[in-house]
Amino acid sequence: MRWRTVWLFVLLCLGVGAGTAFAEHTVTLLNVSYDPTRELYQDYNAAFAKHWKETTGTTVTVNQSHGGSGKQARAVIDGLEADVVTLALAYDIEAIHEKAQLLPKNWQARLPHNSAPYTSTIVFLVRQGNPKQIRDWDDLIRPGVSVITPNPKTSGGARWNYLAAWGYALKQGGDEAKAKAFIGQLFKHVPVLDSGARGSLTTFIERGIGDVLLAWEHEALLASRELGPGRFEIVAPSASILAEPPVALIDRVVDRRGTRAVAQAYLEYLYSEQGQEIAAKHYYRPRLRAVIARYAQQFPQITLFTLEELFGTWQQAHATHFKDGGIFDQIYQPGR
Amino acid sequence: MGLSGFFRRRRSVLPGFGLTLGLTLLYLSLIVLIPLSATFLKASTAGWSAFWHTVTEPRALASYRVTFGAAFIGALVNALMGLVVAWVLVRYHFPGRRMLDALVDLPFALPTAVAGITLTTLLSAHGWIGRYLEPLGIKAAFSPLGIVIALTFIGLPFVVRTVQPVLQALDPELEEGAASLGAGRWQTFRRVIAPELWPALLTGFALAFARAVGEYGSVVFISGNMPMRTEITPLLIITKLEQYDYAGATAIGVVMLVISFAMLLSINMLHWWSGKRYA
Amino acid sequence: MRESRLSEPPAVRRFLIAVAVLFLALFLLMPLAAVFTEALRKGVGAYLAALWEPDARAAIRLTLLTAAIAVPLNVVFGLVAAWAIGKFDFPGKHLLITLIDLPFSVSPVVSGLIYVLLFGLQGWFGPWLAAHHVKIIFAVPGIILATIFVTVPFVARELIPLMQAQGTEDEEAARVLGAGGWQMFWRVTLPNVKWGLLYGVMLCNARAMGEFGAVSVVSGHIRGQTTTLPLHIEILYNEYHAAAAFAVASLLACLALVTLAAKTLVEWKTSQSLREPAHEH
Repeated sequence: MRWRTVWLFVLLCLGVGAGTAFAEHTVTLLNVSYDPTRELYQDYNAAFAKHWKETTGTTVTVNQSHGGSGKQARAVIDGLEADVVTLALAYDIEAIHEKAQLLPKNWQARLPHNSAPYTSTIVFLVRQGNPKQIRDWDDLIRPGVSVITPNPKTSGGARWNYLAAWGYALKQGGDEAKAKAFIGQLFKHVPVLDSGARGSLTTFIERGIGDVLLAWEHEALLASRELGPGRFEIVAPSASILAEPPVALIDRVVDRRGTRAVAQAYLEYLYSEQGQEIAAKHYYRPRLRAVIARYAQQFPQITLFTLEELFGTWQQAHATHFKDGGIFDQIYQPGR
Repeated sequence: MGLSGFFRRRRSVLPGFGLTLGLTLLYLSLIVLIPLSATFLKASTAGWSAFWHTVTEPRALASYRVTFGAAFIGALVNALMGLVVAWVLVRYHFPGRRMLDALVDLPFALPTAVAGITLTTLLSAHGWIGRYLEPLGIKAAFSPLGIVIALTFIGLPFVVRTVQPVLQALDPELEEGAASLGAGRWQTFRRVIAPELWPALLTGFALAFARAVGEYGSVVFISGNMPMRTEITPLLIITKLEQYDYAGATAIGVVMLVISFAMLLSINMLHWWSGKRYA
Repeated sequence: MRESRLSEPPAVRRFLIAVAVLFLALFLLMPLAAVFTEALRKGVGAYLAALWEPDARAAIRLTLLTAAIAVPLNVVFGLVAAWAIGKFDFPGKHLLITLIDLPFSVSPVVSGLIYVLLFGLQGWFGPWLAAHHVKIIFAVPGIILATIFVTVPFVARELIPLMQAQGTEDEEAARVLGAGGWQMFWRVTLPNVKWGLLYGVMLCNARAMGEFGAVSVVSGHIRGQTTTLPLHIEILYNEYHAAAAFAVASLLACLALVTLAAKTLVEWKTSQSLREPAHEH
């Protein structure tokens, strides 16, 4: 008798599962993105759905997948059916082209501003009152200062942190050897290398570890204004890197699913005034002048250098710094 | 006994040997063997020298030390404490015994990520436990100690659950006999009880160790992931994947797989061997 | 006098109990308490809301579905394998047992990866599957496959020693008395192992619902579609909804507790049934 109940339960579960899996009458898009963009795209998807309904009359549902930028790119390469990807680095989208040819080589030229509708930079988050008096990159390697950053090997955001520090050292008139020494010093001050940017933020905020967190500007703003108001403040270094998180259409997927038009519109709407406004609201630096002016108060003045001017391409930067045996690995080799 | 005993195939009146063995092999092949062979093939795509280079680079070697070392210590702690826990749960009666007994399986059911986050919350400098350790100069989270604690947590049920049934089944006459011959309690334990428990303890140790070696979810939160110091091997696999280096990732996976397999096989053989000896 | 020789001195006994209780309290009770404290930090209302939210319900459904497929398959496998291994002698038996054990020790990272290597777009069968519009990876089938892999050993591992210990006398007697194969199985073998079987099912089920690492690799993390409970917990945690994350985690911890309670009941019943003369050896 008991077995019959068990089987009934099994059948019931199967039925429920099957019934809910396929019940869609609208256009759906899948946006595969990286970790910190969750709140941004939650808002943006709602706005775009409304806009699309108004202009075309069809209902669009945008599904989200979030994770580490590299992991997400790998999932797309291995067959996750993303209509659009919105990742942390061009390197990861480049990999989708190289490893799986799911989009053409010129993908980055297909949308304005190198396909990066919003930008960000790397800033410092310190505890209220800035007890260690941290003002600029040089202060990070003072004795007794403990720095929190995720692991550049596993986190896209951490690579921006690393490159920002390296770029600063170069900009100070240093050569490669000096920059390497600076980076080596810096990572000696890092007690924990979390696997992702969100993990680092938790370590810094919830666990109370470290004096300064190297973070995306939008994460730092989010943390200081919403997660722990009055507990943290942002320090803008004298120079930092212009981080350009790119977006792209996955041609092979949209052509198979017949969603090219709506996917294209989805990405283009990011550049519209409404899209830019939403990005700015979530503390990403907008591209559109009108919106920049409106949110000028929010973003500190920082001299920004680009990846291209200091490192060439992402491929080159990756090969020198983050590959196995690259400069980041050398920092941790014994006897150096 | 020996080899002839091993190969003796008892003629049985029971049906279904061919069918069940066939089905077992089929299912194992489909679910375990074929998928696992994919890792071997992928690892071999890079060639032998690249394979060797990948699995013997200093960072990989350091991660083996951390992973296998922490897993070994964790399993050792589990063997010792698991023995005490199993002993207490079987032999003594005290209030709350049943509840403790039931709790032992908790690490199986809690998602490892939750375990990791929870342990980190408890052990970090401001946590319930960490705040008392910090003044003593003990750093529990983000240190090798944290890894050991996490691995002890996830391997805990294995030793308790393998030793418990043996203790329960232990013939009381043996102990009575030893006692009547004038043996002290400690002597009885060492000479009579310990040899009976030994194989089960070893099995529990091996399972806890094997499980700990592969663990990722809970450790990654608590270890701090410092290269050369607290970086575990599964994390190294992830960093390889992050560079789209599937061959390198599977190469390290293969090394872990082979070691675990050798461990488990030798323990199963030992079990069989000790079973033969005591039978 | 004899009594004291058969047990330890009271001081030793109390010491051992204290050590065991302290150890379990530190390693099991504290984490459990921490999960519930964090879960209820924002109050009971927020706790229930976190469980009733659509994405959470989708995750619960997917988790139940996964367990409902993975567990019965592994139960059948466990019974079949335990019959072959427990009741017969053949060369290579230890190799076979070790192979069954293997998924215990494969790193979850690798157990997810193997299915990507097989069914991923760049994998062995990927192009064929894509051409025929069959989705395995980053869809429900992949999640179920990975779960099956991780939980293969539980039922078999539980039943093999039991069937070995019980020997073959009961079944042989049934055969001699003229029972057919199925009849013997339903009437003799299954009743003999039923409690061990249930114990295995419960552990298997708990692990199937709680698996994170392997599933995380093959899921694709599409909110509300391919997220199981453990993945949903991770998402919530990453979105700074720590209380909600722990609320959902407490659901799994509750599952653990229910499983454990059921298991205690099973063990109690087993010990009862062992006292019946019919099952004495």
